[in-house]
Amino acid sequence: MNIVVCVKQTPDTAELPKISVAEVTSGDIKTTLVLNPWDEFAVEEGLQLQDRFGGDVTVVTVGEEKATEALKDAIARGVQSAVLLSDPAFAGSDAWGTATILAAAIKKNGPVDVVLAGKQSVDGNSGLVAPGLARKLGATLLTNVTKIVDVAGGKITVERQLEEGRETLTASLPAVVSVSKEINDPRYPTFMGIRKASKAQIPVWSLADLDVSAGSVGQTAALAQWTDLRKPAARSSQVVLVKEATVEATAAKLADLLMAEKVI
Amino acid sequence: MSILVYIEQFNGQASPVSWEVLGKAKSLAGQMGGKLAAVVIGNGVEAVANEALTYGADVVHLVEDASLAAFRIEPYAAVVEDLVKAHSPKAVLFPATTRGRDLSAVVACDLGAGLAADCSDLAVDGGELTAVRPVFSGNMLTTVRFVGPLAVASIRPRSFPTPEADGAAGEIVRSGAVMAAGDIREQIDSFEATAGGEVSLTDAKIIVSGGRGVAKDPELGFKLVKDLADSLGGAMGASRAAVDAGYIPYKHQVGQTGKTVRPDLYIACGISGAIQHLAGMGNSKIIVAINKDPEAPIFQVANYGVVGDLFEVVPALTAEFKKRL
Repeated sequence: MNIVVCVKQTPDTAELPKISVAEVTSGDIKTTLVLNPWDEFAVEEGLQLQDRFGGDVTVVTVGEEKATEALKDAIARGVQSAVLLSDPAFAGSDAWGTATILAAAIKKNGPVDVVLAGKQSVDGNSGLVAPGLARKLGATLLTNVTKIVDVAGGKITVERQLEEGRETLTASLPAVVSVSKEINDPRYPTFMGIRKASKAQIPVWSLADLDVSAGSVGQTAALAQWTDLRKPAARSSQVVLVKEATVEATAAKLADLLMAEKVI
Repeated sequence: MSILVYIEQFNGQASPVSWEVLGKAKSLAGQMGGKLAAVVIGNGVEAVANEALTYGADVVHLVEDASLAAFRIEPYAAVVEDLVKAHSPKAVLFPATTRGRDLSAVVACDLGAGLAADCSDLAVDGGELTAVRPVFSGNMLTTVRFVGPLAVASIRPRSFPTPEADGAAGEIVRSGAVMAAGDIREQIDSFEATAGGEVSLTDAKIIVSGGRGVAKDPELGFKLVKDLADSLGGAMGASRAAVDAGYIPYKHQVGQTGKTVRPDLYIACGISGAIQHLAGMGNSKIIVAINKDPEAPIFQVANYGVVGDLFEVVPALTAEFKKRL
């Protein structure tokens, strides 16, 4: 079975609140950059599918040279092969542009059965690359997947979490699967893995290596453009501390206040 | 047609956010100088289409077929794309539920339209739709501007008020499936509904959440949190610390890497208020903090606070509301 895991390099979640608007606008984000935390689950699921069904796992990302570190993180966890998709022409791509680049790279890589991705990135938050990729590849789309039940007979069966409950769904291959946090517990990079990753020669594919027209990717092709990036207004509230003689009286006073606010 | 709104229904019940989006779209369509259309897809869902009329849709496209009885992405997308091609709206809006986000993505990608996902506000500027969306996991906002003739957006629950149901002047236009049943590449094998009565976090008007403060007896702590939520008809949430400690399943997690919520009332029990948690609930109308530590950052964003042990305060509050409600 051929598995491709699409990942992104993002700021470390813990440092997201520190990022300034200027850093994002200039593209020079100074926080620690990591493998997108949601993608750790996709990498792990790729490795588990390989254990269960055999085959190859390739990890790919679109980004600048520094994004190689995200690929090395995946190698350090056990992925055998990686490709960096990098070209100045890719800069500023929206989700559809990114999906176009990834789809072309996946086709070039060879036949694929399952494409995995995290449910979204912790910076862009759109969750659009997986659906875009499914359409560009002509693959089925399975999002928010919490369990891959089976892959057999040209079909994949998964469980996914929806607002009203848990759905079990079977779709034909190839499939693009975006995974939720509940799907697994990602393994950590091992010492041997880190050594292997540090020595890995990761191929770089540029626009010229892919069957992609320059006009379909990059900033100029972006159909949804971010403007007026800003920090949300800080919540301005002065806390009213409720303290009465007994806990019961405190509860009664708080209930009075909340009922007066008409939120109950 | 200026705006088309996808009305999500499950087992014949529309999701509340569908009406919130439709209500907002009514005023946006007015500003854009065009008609407001809605699309309801399913089988035996005429009641939902009628409801859409009462919320002000000028036209409701009611698309019914046995093959559309349950949501499946490809046949549903084919229906919406067909309507867009036939009527050329300037914008298509979806509720940002799991299915709504999937559907908006497939439709926008297929039609070569820009998409703003999981938005918290919409406006019309110079006759064009703009959309505000949180990015960097709630730590920043951006206003998305669209290039091209069609704009697509999905909108978070509780971004807009539920509109008044006062009109029914529009018309229902019926049609059937666009994709042949035999071409559908996915099938639903089974569906296990969430335990009866459980309120969805993103739709909840009231949320009671528990955090690390339950540590001395997590099972009892979350039972007390749930009892308070139940007494108020609300949903139960949790901080990441509580989820990571294994006290409660991930689906309850509120915050940067969990759900973003916007209830009228958010009661944080034993939650310190890490910035990552605030990113997920900072837009709640009223925040109540119950925490032993008077220095906990949660008190800086709370409207009301009780410095005390949640194991004492929460049951006292539950008892009080049981008396009153």
